[in-house]
Amino acid sequence: MTTVVARPPAPPPAVPTPTATERPQPKPARTGVLVGIAAISMSFAAFTSALVVRQGASPDWQHFRLPTILYFNTLLLVASSFTLETCRRRQPPGRPWLYLTLAFGLLFVLGQVLAWRNLAGQGLFLATSPSSAFFYIFTALHGLHLLGGVAGLLYALHRLNRAPGPAGAATLGAAALYWHFMAVLWLYLLALLALRI
Amino acid sequence: MTSAVHHHAAPRGFLRTHVFSVDHKVIGRQYLDLALVAVVTGMVLSWLMRLHLAWPETPIPGLGKLSPNGAAGGVITPEYYLSLMTMHGTIMVFFVLTTAPFAGFGNYFLPIQIGAEDMAFPRINMMSFWVTLVAFLVLISAFFVSDGPALSGWTAYAPLSAVGKDAGPGQGTGQTLWAVSIALFCVAQLLGSLNFIVTTLDLRAKGMSLARMPLSTWAWFITAVIGLIAFAVLMPACILLLLDRLAGTSFFIPAGLVISDRLQPHSGGSPLLWQHLFWFFGHPEVYIAILPGFGIISHVLPAFARKPLLGPRVFIVCLIAIAFLSYTVWGHHMFLSGMNPFSATLFSVPTLIITIPATIVTLLWIGTVYGAKLRLATPALFCLGFISVFVSGGISGFFLAQPSIDTYLHGTYFVVGHFHFVMGVAAMFGIFAGIYFWFPKMFGRMMSETLGKWHFWLTFIGVYGVFMPMHFIGLAGNVRRYAAFTDDYLKPLVPVHKFMTIAALLTGAAQLIFLFNLIRSRIRGARATDNPWQATTLEWSTASPPPFDNFGGRPPVVARGPQEYGASGAAGGDGGSDDYVMQAAPDR
Repeated sequence: MTTVVARPPAPPPAVPTPTATERPQPKPARTGVLVGIAAISMSFAAFTSALVVRQGASPDWQHFRLPTILYFNTLLLVASSFTLETCRRRQPPGRPWLYLTLAFGLLFVLGQVLAWRNLAGQGLFLATSPSSAFFYIFTALHGLHLLGGVAGLLYALHRLNRAPGPAGAATLGAAALYWHFMAVLWLYLLALLALRI
Repeated sequence: MTSAVHHHAAPRGFLRTHVFSVDHKVIGRQYLDLALVAVVTGMVLSWLMRLHLAWPETPIPGLGKLSPNGAAGGVITPEYYLSLMTMHGTIMVFFVLTTAPFAGFGNYFLPIQIGAEDMAFPRINMMSFWVTLVAFLVLISAFFVSDGPALSGWTAYAPLSAVGKDAGPGQGTGQTLWAVSIALFCVAQLLGSLNFIVTTLDLRAKGMSLARMPLSTWAWFITAVIGLIAFAVLMPACILLLLDRLAGTSFFIPAGLVISDRLQPHSGGSPLLWQHLFWFFGHPEVYIAILPGFGIISHVLPAFARKPLLGPRVFIVCLIAIAFLSYTVWGHHMFLSGMNPFSATLFSVPTLIITIPATIVTLLWIGTVYGAKLRLATPALFCLGFISVFVSGGISGFFLAQPSIDTYLHGTYFVVGHFHFVMGVAAMFGIFAGIYFWFPKMFGRMMSETLGKWHFWLTFIGVYGVFMPMHFIGLAGNVRRYAAFTDDYLKPLVPVHKFMTIAALLTGAAQLIFLFNLIRSRIRGARATDNPWQATTLEWSTASPPPFDNFGGRPPVVARGPQEYGASGAAGGDGGSDDYVMQAAPDR
């Protein structure tokens, strides 16, 4: 007589235990930036619709000439996108190009402040006219978001220094995506302001 | 799809573990605790309003000391009544109906249900909660400033909300605090929505395809998408409102406006612009409040019916349709704003269309229950109660969707009854269903079933006593937002108000049973097993309460859908039952 002994069930397959020090996968950062871009776009769309409605609501809309420095600022921002892409395409990412991008970004913000001073010099303040109010709102909010981009690039630089390789490059990619969006957003805002103001 | 990995270490110390925690479970509990404080506050305010409406001349003991200006001698002034109404609405809509079902339960259970170990961005998640708390404190602080809280309603219609203290008590600092609070709340919800979306898209466990996601997760995900768009619009509106109030701009204040005998120093603004911006957020907000409830009911009810939800894919399609349509109907809140009648029709049609997916969802729930051997535990009772009040409140929506009927009903208690049922009470029943269902998982103890059933029946009868008569007095022409009903044609309706006030007090008292159950069960409740309801989704595959990393270092692998109930002869994933298969059970 043969006794059949049931084999004990096999233990479940071992699943590698993640360590507490593992970093987030690169994909969420990029997805997060894309979702953030959606929200920011929606906010500026709301401001745009407010501008259109407000301009049509009353004859108190005051047209004025946009400060010329805005166009120089625009060139700086577009150039910063190119320097950032140049940085990303180097292997490893070219730090000097990243520093140049940051410098262009900060110069852009400084240029926007100069544009405000120019406007104030003409007697156009936040409450002077709805047109000047929207000018200050759009430029201020874009500038704040751009400073967020500067922070993002600094964080990417920090990651590149601490975690060279795909993880750092992915962080830089996500930050770059946001940065390019800032440039596109500014081009849109400039066109809107030029057309409406 | 990426398998989740934990990217922060286990916390050490009390502050890191329980206060400034980045753990989504702690943050979820913090949101729920905040919502509990907020709902008690909001309910007390509603009692004060109801007492005043029923007995306007009778002093309310102690109130005079709390608010010497608004309720001298304990009798509420008309202006203070409006302040109470504003704060009640704001607290309930933002800090209860958005905070508890979406941010609270979503934070706690979304990552677990998809097999992740945390949210995608834990620090942003923590920041989201703390900004919400600051927003709440800023709002509440209005009670302690000299002129009291704002009185322009939770909708803060301009120009009343924009002109400042000339518009009345509360319209100075109180209204500014309101706008700052809501702007902060928007920031918090945008951060929260971002986390929900990224977590759902990128951190699902192996095998957790979108089709296998629990329906509650689907609801939180879609709610996050709605919230991302809605709060991104409300925030600009609040910024413009603050600029009108503080910086002298004229976005919402028209020219030549004289208030309190003073010509307002503004020109050319559009009050309707505020309404458009607000309701573009405001109507989707209704779905931000109720869709998590949809998800909870669709998640909980099958566990007690021991059947999968009828048509889960239809349910998801309906949620997506509701999310899309919710952005096409905001104008139905503005039928009386003087809009072009053609525009009113344009907003009326999608409003009627949006009832179709909502009705289909309701039929799916009823179809799920039909023929089921329903286990009538407390969570199931609250699911059935949810369906009941949602239908009761939803039906009145059909009438209000039509501009001609809304012209008569819009300013009456009919609307108050409608939105309290369909948005407030239904969402609360969803929250209660969630609490009774998930409490064992969150705290490792069972809530008392006896107390739970008492709580359900008293609440269920009570809310009908409070809100159903509102429809009838609304039809009789009882205007809303009045602090007292002294007109001849309204006096005969005052006894109905007394009835509703008593019902409101009793319903509120019934919540003490819930609070007692909540506290007692936390300390002395029977120990819960890992899966006391014999449910199937991933949260029931882990310990009660779950460990810091949710799955004890063993991320689950998902082999099947979220609702495999009624599988005859099946072996449950925890090895005990015969009518369900858990999502994490190994594939056969």
